[in-house]
Formats: sequence, structure tokens, C-alpha cells
Amino acid sequence: MESWRAQPAVFWAFVLPGALWLLLFFIAPLALIWLLAFGERVGPVEIDITWTLANYAGVFDPVYIGLFGRSLWVATVATVLTLVIGLPVALAISFAPARLKPLILLLIILPFWTNILIRTYAMIAVLRSRGFVNFGLEYIWQLGTAVLAPFGLDEAVMGARFVPLELLYNNTAVIFGIVYVYLPFMVLPLYATLDRLDRSLLEASLDLGAGQVRTFFSIIVPLARPGIVSGIILVFIPALGTFLISDLLGGTDSLLIGNVIERQFKAANNWPLGAAMSFVLLYVTFAILAIRAWVAGREGGLGKA
Amino acid sequence: MARREPIGPLDYTRRLWLRLWLVAVCIFLYAPIVILVVFSFNDSKRNIVWQGFTTDYYVKAAENASLIEAFANSLVIALVSTVISTVVGALMALALWRFRFPGKPGLDGAVALPIVIPEICMGVALLVFFNRVGLSSAFAYPFSLLPIIIGHVAFSFPFVCVVVRARMAGFDRSLEEASKDLGASEWQTFWNITVPFMKPGLIAGGLLAMTLSLDDFVITFFTAGPGTLTFPVQVYSMVRFGATPEVNAASTILIVVTVILTVIALRLQRPEKEAAKLA
Amino acid sequence: MTETPAQTPIVTFENVTKSFGRTKAVDGVSLAIPRNAFFALLGPSGCGKTTLLRMLGGFEHPTSGRVLIDGEDMADVPPNRRQVNMVFQSYAVFPHMTVAENVAYGLKVTSVPRAEIGPRVEEAIAMVRLDGMAARKPDQLSGGQRQRVALARALVKRPKLLLLDEPLSALDKKLREEMQLELVRLQTEVGITFIIVTHDQEEALGMASDIAVMKEGRILQIAPPRQLYEHPTRRFVAEFIGASNSFECEVLGIEGGMARVRAPLLGELKVERAAADVRAGTLIVRPEKMRMDFSSPDPDPGEVLVRAVIDQIAYFGDLSIVYLTAEDGRRLQCSRYNVNRIDKGDPPPGTPCTIGIHPEDLLLVGD
Repeated sequence: MESWRAQPAVFWAFVLPGALWLLLFFIAPLALIWLLAFGERVGPVEIDITWTLANYAGVFDPVYIGLFGRSLWVATVATVLTLVIGLPVALAISFAPARLKPLILLLIILPFWTNILIRTYAMIAVLRSRGFVNFGLEYIWQLGTAVLAPFGLDEAVMGARFVPLELLYNNTAVIFGIVYVYLPFMVLPLYATLDRLDRSLLEASLDLGAGQVRTFFSIIVPLARPGIVSGIILVFIPALGTFLISDLLGGTDSLLIGNVIERQFKAANNWPLGAAMSFVLLYVTFAILAIRAWVAGREGGLGKA
Repeated sequence: MARREPIGPLDYTRRLWLRLWLVAVCIFLYAPIVILVVFSFNDSKRNIVWQGFTTDYYVKAAENASLIEAFANSLVIALVSTVISTVVGALMALALWRFRFPGKPGLDGAVALPIVIPEICMGVALLVFFNRVGLSSAFAYPFSLLPIIIGHVAFSFPFVCVVVRARMAGFDRSLEEASKDLGASEWQTFWNITVPFMKPGLIAGGLLAMTLSLDDFVITFFTAGPGTLTFPVQVYSMVRFGATPEVNAASTILIVVTVILTVIALRLQRPEKEAAKLA
Repeated sequence: MTETPAQTPIVTFENVTKSFGRTKAVDGVSLAIPRNAFFALLGPSGCGKTTLLRMLGGFEHPTSGRVLIDGEDMADVPPNRRQVNMVFQSYAVFPHMTVAENVAYGLKVTSVPRAEIGPRVEEAIAMVRLDGMAARKPDQLSGGQRQRVALARALVKRPKLLLLDEPLSALDKKLREEMQLELVRLQTEVGITFIIVTHDQEEALGMASDIAVMKEGRILQIAPPRQLYEHPTRRFVAEFIGASNSFECEVLGIEGGMARVRAPLLGELKVERAAADVRAGTLIVRPEKMRMDFSSPDPDPGEVLVRAVIDQIAYFGDLSIVYLTAEDGRRLQCSRYNVNRIDKGDPPPGTPCTIGIHPEDLLLVGD
């Protein structure tokens, strides 16, 4: 690595396009809504920056606090589920024979090449009361009834008629949708760390008498922690801010913070409140990232001390 | 015939439960998409149970002028933003990889931010920004796509930067020194040594940028001006009206186009892999 | 287990073959390793020695044949149920655990009473001379120290068998020599059978009580170090272990342990046969067993003389190797200890000289 002074012209040519783009089209817009959060509406579109804290106070209205709580809850459950589903998948890929590896990996990433809206939309046909999960359940119900009918047990065990499960337009549907959409985000970082894991460490653990389960929890999980943390963050943050998935799959009682923010900007046209909410969401994100950095730093420090 | 070889202690992929798990996950990932594609051929307005095969809805989608326009716009956005993101991201990666300069940790962190912050925050920020700057309604087509392209570049060039930088981390700088030692100029060295090494990273980064652009809904939703038709937004409003086979047909077309583009991009990447193997 | 355990070998391979796809990594190996041996599997890379070792650890299964440890068939015993421990080539010291935690790991996972763990860990750490480092993490240790952790971690389990996979290959020369002595000391101290895999002949000769030389999945010869060097049965063994000069020859007749042969340059002579089944092959002689005379040919009685010209002399400090071309164009090498500190001056390339070889230093080996 050399000092930028060695070749200032080259340095600026490399750094300027990205830095300017970032400044103009990322930092400046964020700064703008940061300002808006301290503003008051004085007309249909005019907003005065009066440094009021009323918008932030508005965010802490019990209704919105409840919404934040639900968003955190939904995102947490969805993240845990993706981790539980994704870890064995990542394990299977990283231990697959070399020629199968890219193929399975591609299989997991491929759905990610479909627009998120389409994937979310596809969930509707699966989950709705006349959707495929319920069709499957109904088929099982019919089978069960047919088998039990000769014994006269059909009504007692299976019920008089099939009642479809209400799978769509509730929190479960939203969680299901998040897991579906963001699973690749969990599998990829997990795979990346597991693939780098020295196989002989696992062999050493087995060799020293630990069983597979013990080896998994004592060796694989601690050593895959960077990947697990990355995966959690990559799923948790977008899940926390999602509005499309809850918009299409959620019901009236499963509004998330993302939906409310969207409404402030699109329908309700209360930009200052929406801006304050966005920044609360951002501060939560920064807090999560700071905790990660702090934990990583502490562990790194211990290792070196 | 010898007995089947027992499963080795680390042959996790040969264990039955893990295979079943993998199969179950693949069904989970693909079944909804497959159903969506199949039901785009369903001869039923309500599209709940299979009524019979038809391609009517593709004809209908093809005759839907606004859908076609939206589709074309989305492809233009994807291609233009991919090219810009790849160049800007790669240059940034080179800067961060090669130079020491004051404020580097700050820039490093700032570049990573668009990757980690919730999309909706960036979406509303861009909405307000373009609204205030007046960019969203100032231009006629095709420049009305500009805000969307700008937004797409802003969130995808950092991904390119990460990918290219990871690639450059494996670059042996003595190769550059060897090149200069053999008489090449700075520019010749960059063009003949550094760029070829960077190429797989560029392709992977470009592919990622294109994927992100085609996958995006949120940023497009917030940055598209009232008169600008884009595919996700168009489909979104159709979905809000109800799940019709036409939506399935339109989605299927986008899926097919995305897969084709990706296969082309992967094909482009393959010769590189062969070269890497030789090297 | 049965009658006299001391008599049964600790490890038995019975006609073991291991194929990976089409290639046979191990090809019909039968081998018995005696109790308390320091046994070395020696061969070039890809000869199947590591595969044999990993079969003992339970990480590979034989495609056919049986592997027995202490008389017990190991086919269905997973690695964690074997009383066998391994020192991995990469050491595989767990990076997220301290030295003490690494050493204690194998005891904890097999429910050794808590009260027993502490003292045993301490003892093991002391045994490999890592006292005072128990609380360190692996990234604060040198390569040699990490290897000692791997050793302690395996020995603390008191296994029947300790497997060492190229244990010294990552160390520099000085440290390697030190660890060789250390390993021999440990082996006598703990009285456990050590099986070491190595491609380095000096390592094997310096440490092992018995050595098996392998090539392309087969065992060529099993012998104690001295016998292996002085009585190689095959040309490959002779050339893999130490250096040797070879002369292709025609066998004229067999007389018990001896053979009458005719070889170019050497003429007709009577030499020892390396093994009973050697009926044709090559004559070999070690470089240090050839007498070199720069000046007057002054033959010992019974010596065969070969005329040659010096090509090059490589100086290694304790000894020099002289590379020569014989009358018929054959390349030979000859080593001499530099016993005098005062340089008497090496003859320049091109100097003619005479080489004396005693027929008893020649050996007829199989090809």
C-alpha cells in the first residue's frame, strides 16, 4: 500500500466517482431527511426546519412503539428460523464433493435472481386459504377420512369437514415470507465461513472422543461465528425494515414499521414523522452494527493480548 | 460386489437427514416459483384451481402497452446501472486497496453503509431528495429514468466494491513490480497486469449489480416519478388489484429474462475460470 | 485381551485396499505393528501412507480388507470411539480455546470425572514442557509450541496408539531435530505405540524403531533403520533412503546368500543378495563406502577399481559430495567427511581419480 501522495492524479481518479456518488446520492439524501425529522409542516408540501422534537416524540406514541416491538419480534423470529434452516444447508454445501458444490450453491442462489416482488407474490398462492398448503392439508384430511370411515371414526378424529388454516394475512405469513425471501442471505455467509474451516479441526475433535453433536456445538458453531453473525445481520436488518412482504402477506394486525414509514411518505404525506421513524430505524441499525463491531473488537483484543 | 462403503465421519453430504433437509429446502424455495409459472398458463380468471392450458394471458400481457414499456424500462435501468456501478465500484475498490490516505476508515465505513442500512430508509431519503432537487419531474423520457438509475447505482456500487476488493486482496503486488522491472509504464502495467487479474472480480461484481437491480423493488418504488413505468411498480399495482394469471405471465417473463441474462453473464465468466485454472 | 496381549500386534492390516474412484491409494497392504514400537510409514507423497494412518484414526474406511487395533476389527467403530489419537499435520489446535482448554477437551467430552481432569491436563502440559502457557491462545504460540499442544492433547487421553501425520514438516531444521529427540523421549516415557507418517528419510531413520517403505500404495520393505539402509531389498528403497550408486548387472549364478554377477566397470564378482527372492536386479553401493584416491592408485586387497573424472564437488560442511563420471560415462557420487579443519585444496573439475569398492559393500537388490 502506498501513500496517495505518490500518485495524486491516479488516486483522485479512483476515489472521486464513488465518493461523489456516495456524497450526493446517499449522504445528502440521508442528511436531508435527518433535517426533515426536525421540521414542521406549514403547507401541503412546505416544511420548515424548526428543530422541533415533536416528530421524535410522535414516534414514541404507544401505537408506534407497539409497531416497533412487533417489527423487532417478527424480524427476530424470522432470523432465528433462517439460521436454523440455513445452517444445515450451508453445512451440506461446504462438505459436498467439489464438483457438486457450485451446483448446489447455484440452486440456493437462483431464486434470488427473481424479483423480490414476484417471490413475495408467489407466496400468496401457496399460503391463502384456497392455496397449496391448504390443498395439501385437505388431501391429507380426505385420505384420513377415507381410511377411518370404515371404523366410523372419521368424524370423531378428522372433523365433519375440512377447515382451511388461515395462513395468509397474519404475522405468520410475514415471517414465512421473510424466511423465504432472505434465506440465501443467511446461507451464503455461513457457507463462506464453513468452507474455509480447517477440516482437520473437526477430525481432531472426533479423534479426541467428541461425538458429532458435541463437535457441532463445541467446534463448528464457535468457529463459524463470524459467518453466523454476518448472516444474522444480513437477514435481521432488511427484515426489520421490510414493507413489501408485510404489505402483501400481512393482515391489518401485522403492519410493520416499514409500512408506516411508507405511508407517511406516500399516502399520509407526513414527511417529518416518516423521517423521524426512518431515523429511529437507522439508529437501531447502527446500534446493532456497533454491538457487532464492539464484540468483534473485544474478541480480537483478547486474542492478541 | 463389495459392500457399500460406509459414510465417512465428515461425509455430511452423504447423511440421509441432511439430504432430506436439502431437498426440503429446495422444494420450499422452488415450489412457489414453479406454481407461479405453471399457473400463468391456467385458463381461469380467478386462478385458484387448474382449469386448462392457455397462453391467452401471455398474449394479453404482450398487448398491455404499459406493461411492455415498464418491462423495457426495467431492463434499461438494470443495464445502465450495472455498467456505472461496475466502473465506479471497481475504481473505489482500487483506491481502497492501493492507497493509504487520511480519512480512509471513514470512507471505508461510508461505502459499506448502503449495503447495511434498511432499504426503506434509503428509499424515502432518495424520494425526498429528488423531490427537493426537482429531478423527478424535470426530464422527459428516457431521462425520467435517471433518478431510478442513480438510486440503483448508489446501493449496488458498494457491492461491486466489496467483491472487487476481495479479489484484489489476492493480488501479488510483486507482479506489478516485475512488469515495471521489465520496462512497462505505469499505464501499461495497470492495463496488462492489474486489470486482467481484476476481471473475474469485475464480472462477479457486475453480475451482482445486475441481480440487485432486477431484484429491487423498494428503491424503484420510491424513486420512480408518477409518470415513470417500471416493471416492479407496474406488477405491484396489478397484484394490489388481485392475483390474476396475467400477473403470473408477466412475472414468468421477467424470471425467464433474468435467468437468460444470468446464464449469459456466467458464460462470460467461464473462460476466466479456465484461465485461472491454467495460471 | 486373549492369552498373551504382549504377543499380539497392536495394529494389523489384513490385505487392505482403498480406492478413490479409479486410483488405488492403498493396494493390498498387510502389515502388523508390534506393541510399543515407534513405527514409521515412509514414502514419497501420494504413496498411500497418510491413507493408512487415517484408516487407523477412523477417517477413512478400507474399500476391502480389515483393520484391527488390539485384535479388534475397527470397521464399525467411529473415530470418537477409538482409543487412538492423532497429531494432525496442521496440528488442528482449536483456535478458540486456550492451551489448557485444548488439552482438557478430549477428557471433557468423554466424561472423565471433573476432579481428574485438572491434574491430568497439568501433567500433560508439563510433559510437553509448556508449563506457564496453559492460559494462552493458539495464536500466541509458535509453530513448535502449537505442535506440543497437539501432542499433549492426544497423550492426555492415554491412547493405545498415537498417530502422527508428518508432525515435523512445518518446523525449521533446528526445531525439527529438537522435536525428534523429544518425540523419542516421550515415546519411551509413556510407553504408547507411536505411528508416524513421513516423507523425510532422516526423520524416519532418526526416530523409528521400525520403518515401512511405501510406494504407489504398496509396502516394499519393513525393517529397522539400520537394516533398511544397509540391506535394502529393492532398488527404489535404496535410492529413496540415502543416496546410492547403481550398476545394472547380469546374474551368472546363485550360491546360497550370494550371487555371482557380471557388471560393467566392475567385472565379474561375488556379492551378497539382499533377500532370498532376489535373483536378478541391480548392484548398489553407498557413496560413503567408496574409497577415493586422487593421487596414486594404492588398492586394498580385494578391492575393485574404477577410473573416473571429477565433475564437481559440493561442500556441505561436515562432508563433501564428489560427483564423478566413470570411464563408460556413468555418473557416480562419492562422499567424504571433511575431517581436517585445514583446507588441503580440492582437486579441480577434470582431475582423473580412482575409486575403490570392496565387493562386500556391494549388494544385489531387486528392481
